[in-house]
Amino acid sequence: MRYIKDSLLQVFGYKIPRPSKDQQSPEVRAIYEGKMGKLSKADLEALHIEHKGSTFFKKWQKRRWATLIIVNLLFVASFYFDVQLVEGSLTGARVVGFHFADLNSALQVALAYKHIVLNLVIGMVTVFVMWMLLGGRTFCSWVCPYHLLSELAEYLHLWLAKKKIIKNRTFSRKVRSVFYVIFALLALVTGYTVFETISPTGILSRALIYGPGIALVWVGLLLLFEVFYSRRAWCRYVCPIGVTYGMVGVFSPVRVKYNAEACHHEGDCRKVCLVPHVLDLTIRNGAAEVNQDVASDCTRCGMCVDICPTDSLTFEVKGLSKMLK
Amino acid sequence: MSEKKSVTKRKKRPLTPKRKEQSRREFLRASVLTVGVVGVSLLGYIPVMQGKTLSLRPPGALKTPEDEQEFFASCIKCGQCVQVCPVEAIKLADLPDGFGIGLPYIDAREQACDFSCDGLQCVLACPTGALTHDLDYPADTRMGFARLSRPKACLAMQGKGFKGQARGPDYKGLLRYEEVDRWTPILVSEHPYDLEICDLCVRQCPIEIRITQCEAAAEEKSQQQEVARVAQQMGNECPPKHAITLEPVDLGDGIARMKPIVQEGCVGCGVCEMICPVESAAIVIDLDKNADTVMEG
Repeated sequence: MRYIKDSLLQVFGYKIPRPSKDQQSPEVRAIYEGKMGKLSKADLEALHIEHKGSTFFKKWQKRRWATLIIVNLLFVASFYFDVQLVEGSLTGARVVGFHFADLNSALQVALAYKHIVLNLVIGMVTVFVMWMLLGGRTFCSWVCPYHLLSELAEYLHLWLAKKKIIKNRTFSRKVRSVFYVIFALLALVTGYTVFETISPTGILSRALIYGPGIALVWVGLLLLFEVFYSRRAWCRYVCPIGVTYGMVGVFSPVRVKYNAEACHHEGDCRKVCLVPHVLDLTIRNGAAEVNQDVASDCTRCGMCVDICPTDSLTFEVKGLSKMLK
Repeated sequence: MSEKKSVTKRKKRPLTPKRKEQSRREFLRASVLTVGVVGVSLLGYIPVMQGKTLSLRPPGALKTPEDEQEFFASCIKCGQCVQVCPVEAIKLADLPDGFGIGLPYIDAREQACDFSCDGLQCVLACPTGALTHDLDYPADTRMGFARLSRPKACLAMQGKGFKGQARGPDYKGLLRYEEVDRWTPILVSEHPYDLEICDLCVRQCPIEIRITQCEAAAEEKSQQQEVARVAQQMGNECPPKHAITLEPVDLGDGIARMKPIVQEGCVGCGVCEMICPVESAAIVIDLDKNADTVMEG
């Protein structure tokens, strides 16, 4: 229950307060108390240098990029070679004949059209079950083509920020929920699927499959905004698709698990994370239990798993983790 | 145990002035971002309002001649209709169409829908019914209505024939010629004509072709069984009304002229506009009419 509540609060942009001492289990408190004081600057530096070589191209990132590219190429190849394997695009598709509908696109259509379309309901249920099993926002980091471009733009952003050429600006995270509500209302009131006009996910998916168009200029502007003004701004502060799958992910067994025992609390995981607020529990005294799952706003991208020097962050499938070992 | 913990109220720490200033800025930036992004998305309404987005839509599109709102609302912009079209007539609109981005349209002059899929594949492919599933046969379609827009340019009206490739050697458009290949559409440029009087708009009209086929089938059957009435055998599958006919006109100058007359069975598929050998086409599809509104008016 706590996981569901905290996850939803985070998806909607609220900050989860750190657990107080009496909210922590005695076991986790013993761990925190047993650890030496804060790491010294020299120790931290040494840790950072030790991890540095491993920040680019690691296991999960490789797997993820490969998956993302293959899934999108499946759409392209299916149309190009006319094999009818994955027809359509990311907003709506037929996978070997079965309807798939992106939950947010289908919601926009339902609100604008004001009819229940059976095929859409079937497609939504299929997609809901699929992403519920696979982790919700897994869609974002493992499938969405904008995520990959944005990730590359992020490297440029971080490099420029390190050179002090630019400064990262943050926004209130609640704004993403505001966008979610506004775009839902706009679809309902105007009768047009307003969000689709500017959704880089739909634009990129269609551009890949049906050929590029002027709409890519908008995607380019978004990337420029992210490079020069605010890191990962679209995914972090705007995209309602992320909110939708964040809610789906609440029920997912695929999660990143945090174990406080060996953690240095040096915060390298939070530096690589798209949604660092989900890793607040890795801050010293941040966890209430020894083993705690990262909340559902997590995109299961595996960057933190890749970078963690102590394997304190691992993928787990609830109920299956024993079998996986 | 955890039950008890979640009940306990979590402590809130007072914010330091620095954090307060930061969250004030974050809130301000978020407000600007909201106005900015929503503003940009609403710009998409401008081309719709100006009527610039009105286009020839695939068969069954949920629209009236003047109002495409229902089509905009119900389409999920996935492009499955694009993928199944054997002549690749359907394209998806781009950003200049605003809210219409990703909506399927047909540029008839470049490549019209000639119903060579027979079964209205785009309608079957549509996951949302934006191309309504109520449609069974090509003749039920209401895409637009043809009009002889430049009668003086029309070869038949001048009493002229036509010889050669209808749209020149470089034209990429496809049509299905049943006598050449029942299943695969071929390049129009690979099918030259030699006509004493140009009748391409009538000759290639998918509705007229179907009517001819039905009549031939009916004749064959009635010869075999001697019973059937044409109407009984053909049912709805055969277009009930002619779409376009060629009729003689006499201007009193002794030239044998013919005029294409658009009939009530026209569905507005655009093949006549596509095949018309005159540059630019003498016959075009009007979007503000369809067979139903023409009959009412």
